[in-house]
Amino acid sequence: MEKQWFTISVYSENNVGLLNRISGIFLKRHINIESLNVSKSEIDGVSKFTIVVHTTEKWVHNIVGQIEKQIEVIKAFYHTDDETIYQESALFKIESALLFDERQIQNIIKENNSQIVTVARDFFVIAKSGRRNEINEMYEALKPFGIMQFVRSGRISVTKDVMQITALLNEFTEQE
Amino acid sequence: MEFLKKETKDQKTPSTIRITGAEAIIHCLLAEGVDLLYGYPGGAIMPVYDELYKFQDRLTHVLTRHEQGATHAAQGYARVSGKVGVAMATSGPGATNLVTGLADAQIDSTPMVCITGQVSRHLLGSDAFQETDIIGISTPVTKWNHQITKASEIPEIMARAFYIAKSGRPGPVLVDITKNAQFEEFDFSYEPCKRVRSYKPTPTPDKQAITDAAELINNAKKPFIVWGQGIILGKAEEQLKSFVEKTGIPAAWTILGASALATDHPLNVGMVGMHGNYGPNLLTNECDVLIAIGMRFDDRVTGSLDTYAKQAKVIHLEIDPAEVNKNVKADVAVLGDAKETLELLLPLVAKNTHEAWHNVFKEKYEIEFKEVIKNDIEPVKEGLTMGEVIEEINKASKNNAVIVTDVGQHQMIACRYAKFSESKSNITSGGLGTMGFALPAAIGAKMGAMDREVVAVIGDGGYQMTIQELGVIFQHQVPVKIVVLNNDHLGMVRQWQELFFERRYASTVMVNPDFVKIAEGYHIEAKRVSERKDLKNAVATMIASDKPYFLEVKVEKEDNVFPMIPSGASVSEIRLK
Repeated sequence: MEKQWFTISVYSENNVGLLNRISGIFLKRHINIESLNVSKSEIDGVSKFTIVVHTTEKWVHNIVGQIEKQIEVIKAFYHTDDETIYQESALFKIESALLFDERQIQNIIKENNSQIVTVARDFFVIAKSGRRNEINEMYEALKPFGIMQFVRSGRISVTKDVMQITALLNEFTEQE
Repeated sequence: MEFLKKETKDQKTPSTIRITGAEAIIHCLLAEGVDLLYGYPGGAIMPVYDELYKFQDRLTHVLTRHEQGATHAAQGYARVSGKVGVAMATSGPGATNLVTGLADAQIDSTPMVCITGQVSRHLLGSDAFQETDIIGISTPVTKWNHQITKASEIPEIMARAFYIAKSGRPGPVLVDITKNAQFEEFDFSYEPCKRVRSYKPTPTPDKQAITDAAELINNAKKPFIVWGQGIILGKAEEQLKSFVEKTGIPAAWTILGASALATDHPLNVGMVGMHGNYGPNLLTNECDVLIAIGMRFDDRVTGSLDTYAKQAKVIHLEIDPAEVNKNVKADVAVLGDAKETLELLLPLVAKNTHEAWHNVFKEKYEIEFKEVIKNDIEPVKEGLTMGEVIEEINKASKNNAVIVTDVGQHQMIACRYAKFSESKSNITSGGLGTMGFALPAAIGAKMGAMDREVVAVIGDGGYQMTIQELGVIFQHQVPVKIVVLNNDHLGMVRQWQELFFERRYASTVMVNPDFVKIAEGYHIEAKRVSERKDLKNAVATMIASDKPYFLEVKVEKEDNVFPMIPSGASVSEIRLK
């Protein structure tokens, strides 16, 4: 079975220790987490983990089964890239002088649909959201001028399919 | 305080009383029907022990000699009684010593609640004396765990702990309670947990899957059942029996499924797995429909997955969705509690006898009997075999003892030859293979089934891993019968060294102490047997005793357990020698 990129979405209670429990499932199977994001979800009091892995479907199926088995996990899904809308965010910190000395930088900012979020005496910061390859392209374009700091977030994604989490929660509440 | 305790005892509806966290823990245990727990005190759990002292008329605490012993005793108790076993320890080393038992209970789905003391909340993260991150450490080996840092959380978390431990596929839960939470006073009331929002313990069976399964079963020419512990945990023994008898399908068991159907039931064809019976293993690869009930296709059962039951349609009745298609792809997966799914399936399956197919199992049994079993249980060679000892235990206990085993050759031999007529009679460490399990587990098993004969069968290696629990047997006069099958080796590893490592016996030769003297040191009646002529009487005397009893049997040093599926080989490649 061939390895491919999967996005795992986990809806869970917001509890101390659950991240450890979930990451342990990957650790036990020697599978690297390529990116991880934890945030609130569309439902009050329900957290959402977005985890990206590069593995086979057999493994991702197995992992999602194990994640879903955790007491505080409401539901876990896995999707291929085609089935989701996804993005990452990046911040570039660059020396302020370059903004005036190197006209090309302004073009890079415009061409990449990115924004300057702050300008200080010594540095300015560019924010860029998009696909991984778009961020990489911008990184490569800025690199020759010198990047003081760079950071990229984990993937965030929503599915094209409907996620029936509220219905599931009702089912949990109704069960005896 | 005494007045308040009386009040809670008499009142049935939840009421509020002002008590300390430590006392609240006791009330939670009592409310969950706990009357016995195992443990070991220490600094961070002392407030709870102080309450245990006050409540000793209603709650018996058994002081094991090591915290690992407490977990295995709780497991033995849980496995024999079907109730939740409880173990308690202090923080730091007390807590880390629970880890093996937790891992064992996790992989063998044993309901257990472990309570650990923790340093006070203000000291958390300061590397305080006996502070350890037991939540972090125990996460991979618990079904659920939680740290309580204030007393008011105690009732809800304790209720949740018991609910999670025993519901669905059972497992161990650890509750870590900081010392300040034990001291704090709060308004206590208790309500058992009935649900957890994000947790669905038992899936609802799918009617279509039931119909599909029935159709496959009814059209099968050579169907074969392998059941596991799911039958015992789901209290589905009667349903299994009815199902097997109606369909006439030969049924085999995994090691943890043993005793769910009586050994002498004509449709019980024996054990599957590495040292299981010849027919069930070999014929797994000849059946046309494999019906797996409450088992998880462990690698010791399947051997090489690439060659496991490839010709068969697989029906998997399973409570844990994560087990379906994990190792073996199911053609029909029936999710749900075994009792419920078997009851749904029963009216849909046709009556049958599968006589010709049964005869194939009988033929294979005869081959195995001639090649292996006869030599094991009716040996003619000079040295004593483990098999003949088990056979004597069967006879002396009229096939009705609870057999508690450790891990290794003696375990395989005991599981192969012990005869069971009642469920929950085979207590062993299956998934984790924990040496040292048997002696403390036997203590728990006996305390959980005082009306039954409990015989611990242990190798000389594993016995010495938890031998200190003889202290519990002596102190509480727990009438367990301990049989050490002594071959002066770590027998199973030695067997592998003989077969696969050209007899290089690296660290498997044991120079053993005088086990009889050790038992006598604990004032336990003890005897040693090294000749066949003395065996029968020695076993009979042991079983007849109503006190704790130790019997060492000096068995042949270099016997091997057969049949055997070599590690990674196919079930078809099972060896008889």
